[in-house]
Amino acid sequence: MTGWEAAAAIVGLAVITLGTRGFFLYPDRDLPLPEWLKQGLRYAPLAALAAVIAPEVLMQQGHFIATAKDARLYATAAATAYFFWRRGILGTIITGTAVMVALRVGLGW
Amino acid sequence: MSSRSAPPIWRHPEFRNGARDMVGVSLGIAAWGLVTGVAMAKSGLGIPLAVLMSLLVFAGSAQLAALPLIVAGAPIWMVWAIALCVNLRFVIFSAAWRPYFAHFKRWQRMVLGYFTADLNYVVFMKRFPRPRPEPEQMPYFWGGVAVNWPSWQLPTMIGLALGDSIPTEWGFGFAGILALLGLLYSLLSDRASWFAAAVASGAAIATVALPLKLNVVVAIASAIVAGLLIDHVTPREAKPVVEDAT
Repeated sequence: MTGWEAAAAIVGLAVITLGTRGFFLYPDRDLPLPEWLKQGLRYAPLAALAAVIAPEVLMQQGHFIATAKDARLYATAAATAYFFWRRGILGTIITGTAVMVALRVGLGW
Repeated sequence: MSSRSAPPIWRHPEFRNGARDMVGVSLGIAAWGLVTGVAMAKSGLGIPLAVLMSLLVFAGSAQLAALPLIVAGAPIWMVWAIALCVNLRFVIFSAAWRPYFAHFKRWQRMVLGYFTADLNYVVFMKRFPRPRPEPEQMPYFWGGVAVNWPSWQLPTMIGLALGDSIPTEWGFGFAGILALLGLLYSLLSDRASWFAAAVASGAAIATVALPLKLNVVVAIASAIVAGLLIDHVTPREAKPVVEDAT
């Protein structure tokens, strides 16, 4: 792509951000969504989070992690332990990341 | 969004609450933004276009999916098709935003929609589980955006500027996943939510081979069905009352 084509592609991507995030916000009238679906939508946030997290924590290139020497397992375990001990998200991030970096840099996992 | 007679929106106490609730996860957002910036610097897109992309597109996973295609010179429709698939989850989220935002003018709804990234969605829905408009919602929403947007953009710019000199192999980009993990745990309040999260995780792993992160869409759909099934077979006291004010 030339620079201008790439710039056009990027502007198109911005329109896609606006179009998807505003999809049901754009019409002036309510779109007819069934009541059960409106109820079920409250499971969407946690489902989206779980769907992104699970493969990132448990898989390596499309397969389950086959080795115990994977820093992600210990980082996740430490972060989980911290969360259910203190319930703070910032501490959860710091604890898990500290374990991650220590194992990566210290042991080369 | 405030009228002229009202005090500015950042003076509202809920603005501070919205910002505070986002600060906890912003460290993860920042680490993620940094890694995304480094990836963009290494892609060969060039700094000006990468800056343009970060500021305009404001959707990390779509950016990372589209980047290699742009650099490789793929057809423009393919770049857009892929970003559309990666962003499909936002279409689902927008249906959930509608009852909160429907009373605003259309241009205001579009501005609001643009800023409804994943974490804004999760944090807001946790704070306001009842789908009806309340006066505290706008200050809370913009307080969250005021933290979320710079916590993503600034580290992205730093990553772009420093590129290879940032040791991403240390794995601190994992902080982004850990932020999501902490948020997920904070949402697991009852049996139905644990079950829905387990179903979503299983579905995402089972369909991980699907292209374009479509496994996320499959997982959300599965979890909605699973949650509704649990709601159907268990008595109602455990879940929050959802009143439809529209």
